[in-house]
Amino acid sequence: MEEIYAKFVSQKISKTRWRPLPPGSLQTAETFATGSWDNEENYISLWSIGDFGNLDSDGGFEGDHQLLCDIRHHGDVMDLQFFDQERIVAASSTGCVTVFLHHPNNQTLSVNQQWTTAHYHTGPGSPSYSSAPCTGVVCNNPEIVTVGEDGRINLFRADHKEAVRTIDNADSSTLHAVTFLRTPEILTVNSIGQLKIWDFRQQGNEPSQILSLTGDRVPLHCVDRHPNQQHVVATGGQDGMLSIWDVRQGTMPVSLLKAHEAEMWEVHFHPSNPEHLFTCSEDGSLWHWDASTDVPEKSSLFHQEMSSHYAAQAALKLLSSSNLPAWASRGGRSSTFLSHSISNQANVHQSVISSWLSTDPAKDRIEITSLLPSRSLSVNTLDVLGPCLVCGTDAEAIYVTRHLFS
Amino acid sequence: MEELDGEPTVTLIPGVNSKKNQMYFDWGPGEMLVCETSFNKKEKSEMVPSCPFIYIIRKDVDVYSQILRKLFNESHGIFLGLQRIDEELTGKSRKSQLVRVSKNYRSVIRACMEEMHQVAIAAKDPANGRQFSSQVSILSAMELIWNLCEILFIEVAPAGPLLLHLLDWVRLHVCEVDSLSADVLGSENPSKHDSFWNLVTILVLQGRLDEARQMLSKEADASPASAGICRIMGDLMRTMPILSPGNTQTLTELELKWQHWHEECERYLQDSTFATSPHLESLLKIMLGDEAALLEQKELLSNWYHFLVTRLLYSNPTVKPIDLHYYAQSSLDLFLGGESSPEPLDNILLAAFEFDIHQVIKECSIALSNWWFVAHLTDLLDHCKLLQSHNLYFGSNMREFLLLEYASGLFAHPSLWQLGVDYFDYCPELGRVSLELHIERIPLNTEQKALKVLRICEQRQMTEQVRSICKILAMKAVRNNRLGSALSWSIRAKDAAFATLVSDRFLRDYCERGCFSDLDLIDNLGPAMMLSDRLTFLGKYREFHRMYGEKRFADAASLLLSLMTSRIAPRSFWMTLLTDALPLLEQKQVIFSAEQTYELMRCLEDLTSRRPVHGESDTEQLQDDDIETTKVEMLRLSLARNLARAIIREGSLEGS
Repeated sequence: MEEIYAKFVSQKISKTRWRPLPPGSLQTAETFATGSWDNEENYISLWSIGDFGNLDSDGGFEGDHQLLCDIRHHGDVMDLQFFDQERIVAASSTGCVTVFLHHPNNQTLSVNQQWTTAHYHTGPGSPSYSSAPCTGVVCNNPEIVTVGEDGRINLFRADHKEAVRTIDNADSSTLHAVTFLRTPEILTVNSIGQLKIWDFRQQGNEPSQILSLTGDRVPLHCVDRHPNQQHVVATGGQDGMLSIWDVRQGTMPVSLLKAHEAEMWEVHFHPSNPEHLFTCSEDGSLWHWDASTDVPEKSSLFHQEMSSHYAAQAALKLLSSSNLPAWASRGGRSSTFLSHSISNQANVHQSVISSWLSTDPAKDRIEITSLLPSRSLSVNTLDVLGPCLVCGTDAEAIYVTRHLFS
Repeated sequence: MEELDGEPTVTLIPGVNSKKNQMYFDWGPGEMLVCETSFNKKEKSEMVPSCPFIYIIRKDVDVYSQILRKLFNESHGIFLGLQRIDEELTGKSRKSQLVRVSKNYRSVIRACMEEMHQVAIAAKDPANGRQFSSQVSILSAMELIWNLCEILFIEVAPAGPLLLHLLDWVRLHVCEVDSLSADVLGSENPSKHDSFWNLVTILVLQGRLDEARQMLSKEADASPASAGICRIMGDLMRTMPILSPGNTQTLTELELKWQHWHEECERYLQDSTFATSPHLESLLKIMLGDEAALLEQKELLSNWYHFLVTRLLYSNPTVKPIDLHYYAQSSLDLFLGGESSPEPLDNILLAAFEFDIHQVIKECSIALSNWWFVAHLTDLLDHCKLLQSHNLYFGSNMREFLLLEYASGLFAHPSLWQLGVDYFDYCPELGRVSLELHIERIPLNTEQKALKVLRICEQRQMTEQVRSICKILAMKAVRNNRLGSALSWSIRAKDAAFATLVSDRFLRDYCERGCFSDLDLIDNLGPAMMLSDRLTFLGKYREFHRMYGEKRFADAASLLLSLMTSRIAPRSFWMTLLTDALPLLEQKQVIFSAEQTYELMRCLEDLTSRRPVHGESDTEQLQDDDIETTKVEMLRLSLARNLARAIIREGSLEGS
C-alpha cells in the first residue's frame, strides 16, 4: 500500500462513507462523507478525491482530498449512511436522526428531514425527558432503520414524518449496529454478544431468531452482511475478534478469528469483491483480509515472501477442531493470529460456496495485510468502494487510498 | 523558592469590577473560574450592580486553535515513535534516528506555519489576519530555534561541517532571496533591474557563490566595460575553498587553501582592481570578512544571526563549536550597536550558541504561549542524553515536568484528551497518578466514549477507575430504567454490591408484574451469575421458571428446594418460592419426595415462627395478615397431602 494519503482535519472522525455511484456507472468513487465526534462543535463534511483539473489546486498535491462543504451537527455523529446520491442520514448522540441534502450546484449541505426524538429513555413530553444516543442507522431506499442505547428499533420512511414502526425495548442492553438481511428482515448486534433477526412482517416485540456467542457475552460492535450471500454475516467484538455467522443454521458463529487487540469498530465486506474483508479497531490498526487465495502451496510461498513487508500479516486457516491447525507446526509470525473455529457444523456443507464459511483445511487461507503504517489512536471507521478505501481516526486524520488491489 | 524570572502579565477581564466586589476564584488544571460575589467588605446595605457572569479563564489558549490541533495530532505520532526508539541503539545509527525525528518535528511545524500563512492571507477581517500572522511568526521562531538546537545539540556538528549546517540554517530562514531572484531574472534586462546588486549581495552574504557568479556573468554580458573585472570576481568566487561533504581533505588542508585564497582577495583589494565598480569592491570586502563592510549591509542581513554566520564564513570557516558563543555575543553587540536591546528570541539563540540548554528551555517557556514546543524539544534532548544531571526542586525531572504540563493542557480540552494519555504514559514518576486523576473527570455522554475511556484504563490496569466508570454507567442505566444495561455494567465492573441491587430491582419487578423483563440477558448470564448471591438467585430462579415451563417438574422442584435450603434465596422471597411450590404439590403425580416435603415444611415453619409480632396493627396490616394466614394454611394442607401421597408411594415402591 504505497499510495495512502493522510490528511489532518482538526476533528476526530467517527464515521466515513463513500457516496454510492449511480447504477451502471463506470466511474470510480470520488466523494465521501465524514462525521466527527467529541468536539465542541461536530460536523458532517463532504470531501472529494477527484482531480480538480482546471481549478486552482496549488494548495493540495495530487491525491490529497479536499473539503467540498460541511454543516454543523448537533451531538456526536454516531453513524452515517448515504440514503441515495444526494441524501445522507446521520445518527446523533442526542437521539436525533437527521437527513442532510447535498446541493452539488453551490456545494452546500442542508437539513432535509429530522426525527428529533427517535431514541430516548424517558418519553418526550414527560418532565424527566432524557434522550438516548442513536448508535446505528441503515438505509434501503425508501426505508431507514435506526437502533440506540435505549434498545429501541425505529423504522422510518423518507417521506413520513412519524416512525412507521417502533419496537420499544427490543433489547435489554445497548444495540450497537444494524444491517438489512433480506427485506423486510434486519439484523442487530448488542452489548451482550447477541445477534437478533427481526422481521417487520411479524407483529409483536420479539425477534424471529437469536444467535449468540457462548460464554463470555462479549459485546459486538459492528456487523456487515455478505453482498451476494445474504445468510453470511461478519461481526466484530469488543475483544477484537472477527466472527463469521451463517444465519440459516445454528445459533453460534461458524468461525471465530482472533484479530485486533481492542474493540473492532467496523467490518466491511468489499461490495463487489466479497472475498476481501476490511476491519478497523480501537488499537489503531486497519486490516485487509483476503480469502481469495485458495491454492495452499502458492499462498504459503506468498506468505513467506510478504512477511518481511508487512507487520501484521499472516496466513490463517479456518479450521474445524478435528484437524490440527497448519500454523501450529510452522510457528513463527503467523502464530500470533490464532484461529479457533467452532465446529458446530464441521465439514457438512460441501455445497457452501463462500470461502468465509468453508471449513475445509486443505483450502482457503486468509491473507491479512495491515494497511496503516504506524499505529497510534483508534481507527473508528472505514469504507470501501471499488479500488478506493477511506478511514478516519481519533488522531484526527483521514486516510485515503485509490489503489487497493494494485 | 527561586526568584521570579519576569513580572507576571496582568490579564484584565472585561466587566468584572474587582475594586467594588469581592471575587471568587477556583483553579482547575488549565483553567480558572472567576466570578463576583455579593459579599461586601464594608457590609454596606446598598447593592452594587454586579456582573452576572461566571468567567472561565484559560491559560493555554493555543490548544484551542484549529490549525495548531494538526500540530498536536501529527507530533503525537512522532513523539510515540521517538519513545519506541530502541535504547540499545548507540553511536551513529542512534544519532541519525534522532536527527530524523527532529527533522520530522520541524516539518510538522513548517506545514502548520504554511497553512496558518494561507489562512492569514485569506482572512477577511484584518484583526483576524493579524492574529494569524502573529501565530505565523511564533511558529517560524519555534522552527528557527528548533533547527539551531538540532545542529548544535543533536547533530553535534564538528568544526567545518558546523558552518555548513549554520549556512543551511540561515538560508532556510532568510528566504526572501528566492522571490527576489525570480523577480530579477524574470525582468527583461536583469542586470539593469533596481534590485540586481541587492540580489548579488544577498547571494554572497548567504555563501551562494555559484548563483552569484551566474548573475555577474549577466552583468558582464550587458556591459563589456566591466566584463574583465566581473570575470576576476567570478574566478575568486569559484576558487573559494569550501568543505564539501564527499571530500576527504583534512581540516588543515582546507585551512591552508583558504588562507591562500584569502591572501589573493586581499591583494586585489590593495591593487584597487575593483575601484571602478563600488558594488564589486564592496562584495570583495564582504568576502574578506570586513566587519564594517558587512555592517553596511544590515538591511540585507536583516538579523544578527545572519551577520554572525556570514562573518564566520568569510573570516573563520573552520570555527569550533566551543568558540561559537564568543562570535555570537560580539555579533549581536555589533549588529544592534547599542541602538536597541535584545529581544527574547535573541536571548534564546544566544543561549543556544552558549550551549546552555537549560537557559534555552527556560527562556522558551517564558516567551512562548504553549507548552508544546518546550515539552517536545526537552523530550528529544533528553533522548540525546543531554539533560540527565538536571533535577528540579519539585516533581521529578524537567522532561517529565514539561510533558505533564503539556498533557494536562490537552486534558483540559474537550476533544484532545486522548492524545494526553500517551504523554502521561511516558512520564515514569507522576504520569500514572496524573492520568488517574484526569481520566475520571472525562464526561461520558455516550457508551462508545465510555468504552474508549474504559479501554485506556483496562490497558493500564487501573482497576479503581474501571470500577468507578462502570458504576457511573450502571447508575445512569438504573436511572433510565434500563436494568439489563445496568446489570451488564455491574458485571463488567465485577461490582457485587451493585449487581445485588439491580437483581433486587428485577425481583421486585417480577413480584409486581408476574413476569420477567430482559430475558435475553438473564437467560445468558453464564459464569457471570456467580458475581453476587442475589444475582445467582435471580439466574437460578429464572431457570426454575424455564424448567417449569418445559414441564421438567422434578428438576424444577429440587432446584426450588435447594434455593431455600442453601440459603441463596433471600428470606423475604421465601413465601413467593413456597407459593411457587403449590402447583407442583398439586400435580397428579408425586413430585416432591417425603424427605423433600419435610424440608419444605421446615422452611415454612422456620418462616412463620420468626414472623415479627406486631404491637399495633392497622386495618391494612390486618388484611395483609389475613391473606398471609390463608396462604400458610393452604400450603400446610398441600404439604400434608403431598407427604401422605409420597409416603404411600415410597412405601409401595420399597415393598414391591
